[in-house]
Parts: sequence; structure tokens; C-alpha cells
Amino acid sequence: MAMFLIRRIGHGILVLWLISVAVFALFFVAPSNVAQTLAGRQGTPETIALIKHRLGLDLPVWQQYLHFLGNAVKGDLGYDYYHQVPVTHIIGQALPITVSLALGAAVLWLALGVFNGVISATHPRSLADRGLTLFALFFYSFPSFLLGLLLLYFLYFRLTLSGFGWFPAGGYSPLAGGIGPWFQHLLLPWIALALLLAATYTRLTRGSMLDVLGEDYIRTARSKGIRESRVVVVHGLRSALTPVVTQFGIDLGQLIGGVVVTETVFSLPGLGQTAVTAINQQDLPVIIGIVLFASAAVVVANILVDIGYAVLDPRVRLH
Amino acid sequence: MTAAIEMVDVLEEPKAIEGRSPFSLALRRLRKDKVAMISLAVIVLIVLMAILAPVFAAVTGHPPNEQYRDLGLTPDGLPRGPNGTFWLGTDDLGRDVLVRIAYGARISLLVGVIATAITVVIGVVLGLAAGFLGGITDTILARLIDVVLSVPFLLVAIALVSVTGPSLTVTVLVIGCFSWASVARIVRGQVLSLREREFVEAARSLGAGDRRIMFVDVLPNVIAPVIVYTTLLIPVVIVTQATLSFLGLGLPPPTPDWGGMISESQNYYTTAWWFILFPGLALLVTTLAFNLFGDGVRDAFDPRADRT
Repeated sequence: MAMFLIRRIGHGILVLWLISVAVFALFFVAPSNVAQTLAGRQGTPETIALIKHRLGLDLPVWQQYLHFLGNAVKGDLGYDYYHQVPVTHIIGQALPITVSLALGAAVLWLALGVFNGVISATHPRSLADRGLTLFALFFYSFPSFLLGLLLLYFLYFRLTLSGFGWFPAGGYSPLAGGIGPWFQHLLLPWIALALLLAATYTRLTRGSMLDVLGEDYIRTARSKGIRESRVVVVHGLRSALTPVVTQFGIDLGQLIGGVVVTETVFSLPGLGQTAVTAINQQDLPVIIGIVLFASAAVVVANILVDIGYAVLDPRVRLH
Repeated sequence: MTAAIEMVDVLEEPKAIEGRSPFSLALRRLRKDKVAMISLAVIVLIVLMAILAPVFAAVTGHPPNEQYRDLGLTPDGLPRGPNGTFWLGTDDLGRDVLVRIAYGARISLLVGVIATAITVVIGVVLGLAAGFLGGITDTILARLIDVVLSVPFLLVAIALVSVTGPSLTVTVLVIGCFSWASVARIVRGQVLSLREREFVEAARSLGAGDRRIMFVDVLPNVIAPVIVYTTLLIPVVIVTQATLSFLGLGLPPPTPDWGGMISESQNYYTTAWWFILFPGLALLVTTLAFNLFGDGVRDAFDPRADRT
């Protein structure tokens, strides 16, 4: 187990290092006019040169990279070009929003996906099964921006027009400002995200539940006269959930850098939206910082999933 | 004589039971799947719409990028709803929504098919190489797969497009270069167990080289999961392209594409429902049809799904 962990963490660090090289190379190969933008219209060549010097942009690329890497190892991701705010601080401010979005949606899509999956699996090929599969695929097919706009149209615009101002048009209200407004601002984004992701979980739960319900020990449980609901939930669901847990970890890790669209549509200033703004401004340290952070989230989630797998399923041995 | 021939016919009757490959069995199952067949029909209709886009323009008399400032806009400069001249209404610049949707289908399908093809080719070749050759090749490729799968795809795609400037080629390449890893992982996993099988040993003892064994002997055995994955990848690619367009990183205007149209319609969704509804519907129907069809393909290839 310890050896497995060390190797996985080593791989993770290697992956992150490769990503940092790639992102760095990409942006330094591309023509940059950040210094020009910062100097403004009246910027003289001297001012531009000075700005370049201050940002370290006059050094050779490899020196800039080593400088970045040296600091990154110490947990310092540099400062943003425009306001000289530490990138770690920017990430720290955006992260709670993205995490609120991801976790809240996760609760919804897990509940929806697992519930529908179990119903489908216990009534295979029934009308309910077909209906739920169709329901899941329908929302799975939705481009996230379209679903977001649709929710905004009906639940914000239409509802507010009819005198029910239950949902805001977008934006974020921190938890510190009360749980009510926080919930109100996040409910629509949660629904939008959860409906998209629930499909995968419905299918996963249905598939693995069907497999498990065909096992001998389920028949044994039934023949002992245990109530069907108990057989399904306690005996069946428990072992059927392993692939669901795996997928859940992977999805959660990817959502940290993957909710760009939902954040844009609902004007949530999370990591995704911050990154998009930084990309538009060529704010390199912020872009690299967020891309690396989001990649790290995926790497960590994958390691946790492997460990979780071993904990959930005693037959799995890590080596 | 005649009797003899008849005899032969009777004797040959049992031959009607022919050996069927798993592929033809899957095809038979697929043909019996009503939902999949309806979806396929819808896909064919969308393809026809894309091919016949100029016909839409000719029949309505509205080229896709022509701005009808007087005819197509209200006196206040707002889009006009569906009417006799503009069947699905006009957009914010007075252009015909119907004709633009038809032309937009070309972009979606083109990107969907080409990017998926690139993805699958790279994924299959690298997955085969990693799984079959093993050793240092596998180590490097497996790490590369990890890297690509760990990168926040959409963020890096946006960053790439913003660096290079938006174009059809860039969109296709970005999608292709980032999506191959999942295909490669699936293929690699399959090949790792296939290469230990007897038929590989047999081929090698007959003097076949690595490349021949990989592509002639092993590849046909991983084709089923690849087909399933490919059909389910097309809608994902179409959505990704639309998403990039929606974020302003699709095709440079005035090229009509669905994601871009939806993005343009955002400011009008309270006043001009048709402007967002019809492009949105086109996109949704397309992805839904591909997903339902892909679902059918998956069931058809699933050996456990015997519907007796």
C-alpha cells in the first residue's frame, strides 16, 4: 500500500510537471503583447521594456520557466500581471465558488442517478426503465450552455415576470452572507450541472446493479425471506456502488477545472470563469496557476479513487 | 434429372443456417432496435439538411449571410418572428434563421465527423502500440495518456484557440488532440490481454512482424468497443464545438454555426424566442439522435444483451 501510494504520487508529480512545461511553452511560443497592453496607448518603447523587465519577460524562456518552477515547488505560483495579486490568492478566492457548485451538484446528481438507476435495474425493460433511460439521455445530450440558458429563461425570467422572484439571474453570494442567499444563487447552476451528469450515474448504477442482482448471494438473501427492498438496498446496492464511487471521484476532480460553461452562463466567478478572463487578458501566471491546480485536482482524485476502491472492495490489492 | 436436382435442393436446405460473425449479429440486433433506427433516420435527415443547405437558400431566396435590414428587422431593429418570408424568423442582423441553421449543420457535422475520425485514428494507433509493444513505448505512452486525461480540457482548449485565433482547423485539431487519450486507454487495455492469446503466438510463429500482427490480427478484435465509443464520441465532439463557439472561440463571423447563433441570441431571449429556440433545437435534436443511436450500437455490441 505504501509503495503503491509513493509510486502513484510520483506519477502524479511527473504528470503535473509535464503539464506545466506544455502550458508554459504554449504561451511563450505565442506572441504576447501584455507589456504593450499594460503600458497603454501612450507607452513608449522604454516603458514597455521596463514593464517587460519587471515581469521577467525579458529573460530567456527557460530561465523564466526555472524561476516559475522554483517558486511553484514552494507553493508560490507568482503574481498576476495586472494587479500584482498572488495567484494562490486568486485561486483561493475562486475555489469556494467552484467547490460549492461542484459539491452541491454532486449531491443532486448522485441522488437522481442512483435512484433512477436502481429503479431501472429492478424493473429491467419495463416502461419505467425505458422512460428513465430516455430521460437521462435527453439531458445528457443537452449542451450545458443551452440547458443553463433554458433554466434561466423559465425559472428566472418567466417566473420573475409572473411575480415569483425566487431565483436570481446569476452571480454568487458567499456562505458567510447567509445560507439562504447562497442556496438561492446556486440552485439553478446545481440543477443544470446535475441533470447533465446524472445520466452517467443512471447508466452505471443500472448496469452494475443488474450484474449484482444476478449473483448467487442475492438469491440466497431472497430465499432467506428478506424483504425485497432490503435485498436491493442493503445487499445489492452496497456492492453495486463501487463503480459509481470510482466515477464520482473522477468527475469531481475534473469539475474543478471543468465547470467553465456553467460558471459563465450563471456569472459565477469561480475557477473556470477566472481562467477564461485570464486567457482573454493573456494573464499567463493566472492561466498556468489555474490549469495546474485543476490538473492537480484530477491527479489527486484519481489516487483517492484507487485507494477508495481498495477500501470498498476487499478483493482489490494495491501493488 | 429434374428429380435429382430437386433432391439436391432439399439436401442443401440445412445450409441456410450460415455462420454469422459477431459483427453481423450486432448489425441484426441494431436493425431490430426501433429507437436506434428512428435516430438513424433523424441523423440522415440532418445530413440531408446540411448537404441541401444551398437548396434552402435558393427556395427562400435568402443567402445565409445576407442581412435584411428592412425586411428582416422590426422598425425598432429587433429580430422578426417566423412569418411567410422568414419561416423560422430572423436574427439580430436580419438574417434568415432557417437558412443559417441549415448551413450551421454543415459545420457541426463536419467537425463532428473529422475530429472524431482524427481522435479515433490517433487513439487506436497509440493504444495498439502501447498495449502491444509494451516496454518503454508503453511507459511513455501511458504517461502521455495520463497527462492528456488530467488536463482540464476545456480550459486548455480555450487557451489554445485564444493563442492561435479561431478557425475550423484549430477547432478540429484541438478536439482531436485532446480526445484521443480515452480511445487509446480503451484500446490499450484490450490489447494488453489480447497479445497473450494463442492466435498472436500463431501469427508470430508463421513469421508475421509486429506491425502485421498489430493491424491485421489484433486490430479486428478491438474494433467493437472502438465502434461503440466512436458513435458516442460524435455527439460529444459536436457539443464541444458548439461550446467553443458559444464562448466566442468558434468560427469567425459571419459563418453560421449553431453554438455561435445561440451565443448571439442570448441578449434577445426575452424578446425573440425563435432566435434561440430553433438553433438550440437543431443542436439538441442532433446530439440526442447520435446519443440514442450510439446507445443502440452499444447494446447491439454488448454480448450480455441477448434479447431472446
